[in-house]
Amino acid sequence: MEELANLFHGFAVALQPYNIMLMIIGITLGVIIGVLPGLGGANGVAILLPLTFSMPPTSAIIMLSCIYWGALFGGAITSILFNIPGEPWSVATTFDGYPMAQQGKPGEALTAAFTSSFVGALFAVIMITLVAPLVAGFALRFGPAEKFAVYFLAFCSFVGLSKEPPFKTIAAMMMGFALAAVGLDSITGQLRLTFGVTELLNGFDFLIAVIGLFGIGEILLTMEEGLAFRGGNATINLRVVLHTWRELPSYWMTSLRSCLIGCWMGVTPAGATPASFMSYGIAKRLARRGNNFGKGEIEGVIAPETAAHAAGTSALLPMLSLGVPGSPTAAVLLGGLLIWGLQPGPMLFVEQKEFVWGLIASMYLGNLAGLLVVLTCVPIFAAILRVPFGIIAPLILVLCAIGAYSVHNSTFDVMLMLVFGVLGYLLKKCNYPLAPLVLAIVLGDKAEEAFRQSLLGSQGSLGVFFSNGLVSTIMVLGLVALFWSAIQEGFSRLRTAAA
Amino acid sequence: MKPFVLNVAFAAIAMSCVCSAPSSAAWEPVRPVEFIVPAGTGGGADQMARTIQGIVTKHNLMKQPLVVINKAGGAGGEGFLDVKTASNNPHKIIITLSNLFTTPLATGIPFNWKDLTPVAMLALDEFVLWVNAEKPYNTVKDYVEAAKAAPAGSFKMGGTGSKQEDQIITVGIEKAIDARFTYIPYKGGGEVAVQLVGNHVDSTVNNPIEAIAQWRGGKLRPLCVFDAQPMAYDEPIADGKAWKDIPTCKSQGLAMEYLMLRGVFMSPKATKDQIEYYVELFKKVRATPEWQEFMKSGAFNTTFLTGADYAKWIEAEEKRHEGLMKDAGFLAPGN
Repeated sequence: MEELANLFHGFAVALQPYNIMLMIIGITLGVIIGVLPGLGGANGVAILLPLTFSMPPTSAIIMLSCIYWGALFGGAITSILFNIPGEPWSVATTFDGYPMAQQGKPGEALTAAFTSSFVGALFAVIMITLVAPLVAGFALRFGPAEKFAVYFLAFCSFVGLSKEPPFKTIAAMMMGFALAAVGLDSITGQLRLTFGVTELLNGFDFLIAVIGLFGIGEILLTMEEGLAFRGGNATINLRVVLHTWRELPSYWMTSLRSCLIGCWMGVTPAGATPASFMSYGIAKRLARRGNNFGKGEIEGVIAPETAAHAAGTSALLPMLSLGVPGSPTAAVLLGGLLIWGLQPGPMLFVEQKEFVWGLIASMYLGNLAGLLVVLTCVPIFAAILRVPFGIIAPLILVLCAIGAYSVHNSTFDVMLMLVFGVLGYLLKKCNYPLAPLVLAIVLGDKAEEAFRQSLLGSQGSLGVFFSNGLVSTIMVLGLVALFWSAIQEGFSRLRTAAA
Repeated sequence: MKPFVLNVAFAAIAMSCVCSAPSSAAWEPVRPVEFIVPAGTGGGADQMARTIQGIVTKHNLMKQPLVVINKAGGAGGEGFLDVKTASNNPHKIIITLSNLFTTPLATGIPFNWKDLTPVAMLALDEFVLWVNAEKPYNTVKDYVEAAKAAPAGSFKMGGTGSKQEDQIITVGIEKAIDARFTYIPYKGGGEVAVQLVGNHVDSTVNNPIEAIAQWRGGKLRPLCVFDAQPMAYDEPIADGKAWKDIPTCKSQGLAMEYLMLRGVFMSPKATKDQIEYYVELFKKVRATPEWQEFMKSGAFNTTFLTGADYAKWIEAEEKRHEGLMKDAGFLAPGN
């Protein structure tokens, strides 16, 4: 019960008018940052970090973490409206969110995305409040082998469940792995596949690939199809929010599953992006209407958004208790903690009670404030789709170019984005799925790194992936997901044979 | 006709600017200064750059804003090449770590520190040998015995990056005690410390700031510091022990010394006035209580060098890195 007393004390801190003001400023800034592709939460927080040095640490982290929540909310907006993921973790949201918008249901999709984000975050905060010390210890058991197992599971749960022809899926994924391999090999410290081009030192940034593949590719397709956005007849009414809410509780199972996946991935810390992909893949297989996924199913929006937000929120737990950031934004916040003179780690919860519980209380309030801000704006966002394509397309292009530029402040990236745009268009024309390619670019080098770290540690023995209960369980889960279709078929044959 | 009129107008404005500026005054930035960090957000160099940015903003030390930009690609190569190509642009400075030497040597990118203009050494970062507090090694001697007794390659050393400072120190230790470790590279120092807490590696050479929290939490134990003398900070951290109480590795029979440069450079062909401006700026930054607090929290060695002394130090350090990297077989083909 001591936690509850601490929490209420935290609320008292977070509810001071000054802090509430910072919270609202933070959320609004965050939403804007999230909407702009490329200018991710990590960059936004990094840019604003120095402004907070003159504030008390608790107020500073409240404002910065609210930017983070805002960015998590905002990432969904462009994903749904224009098929351009504002943030890596909202890629999976485009799969069903964009078709929904095209069918004239952008309001429903946005409401579902925002509400799910809130549910995911709330679940994660409650978990942090109640079981923080317990969960923090769990993260310590994750060495390279365990991390690789988690990535393996993310790949398998996505691939095994794909409806596309397996060879096209594999071809797209291999292309992603090849792109992910460009740049510095972090294990040997050597440059790979850069061919002496200094611009390629950094490798292909995931965000640039995504902005090009999805955003530019989509514009090219729309141009071919006659310069018309199909979401033009969107209803613009606040009632759409209430209407959607009535529908949402029936998907409680998907939500709960996504919350658990998200929390687990956030704490371990694998991050929000694999969480959203994994959650989408599993929902696709287990949901009643899973066959319709990809065609504008509301559950296909709920699953990735819930998981991404749950992961994004719970990623702060290992940061505070261990000093390991669970996401890039958490890494910047970690730098901030040190500058404010706070030492993240096992002693923070003991020595800096006011700070920690003020932050946790602000997670509750910040997410609530965020939900209110974005929900009231749903009709405005949806109305954007009514703007004629001839006006909106150049604006999107400019937005994409700014986004691509701001990732590394480099004009080379803008060119690269255009190249990826053409690639995206060609792949779509040839019916190659983009999702496995994107997944491989995001997680490819991390998975490779964890794999090679494990093998270094085990001196080359693959047994390391089955060396303890935890890692074996995750690996077996991954294999089951990979061969799920075959297993299912086997079962149904057995059943018919028995009958 | 129009462009001509415009040109004349611009020329007139330019002239008036030149004339109104007092000719004797020292150089000052006239537009925002880019502060390049050749490493990722959240790392040691990034923290230092952002602390400086915060101090400059808070104490109003510059008339123009100081903007921190991360260019981490290719182990920092991206950032170095960016400043190298910004000849005659005095509005670009860069904070460096040991990758100033190691990245060009290991990857063969066309860069050498002489391509930049040295400004000032801000501090030196210490390296400490850490083990998990549950392990029975209480002294360097216990540790060396255990490392030697283990089968070759089964003793795991975790560190940040590949063919960079952590691995150089690891190779140095191997040489000094005649044992073989397996070095496992990770992305960031904080992650390395936590891998040690989780017993996924046997020891690390984390910087103080990366491992202090785990030391205070009783999870890690420092064995020795890779410096010629013990660190200066005597405030107790854990179990009544302070940074000062950690013995030097050399005194414990482990002959390896390594300090990492935290210094500032600027773009090539900078004038004397321009260098002087930044040197004065960093002197002011160093005098603030925030900077001193930051130095204390990371147990930094606060050596400050400028001008010829600084260049001499870098030159010697470059030679040393060449030797260390050559011995370890880390040089890129052609270097």
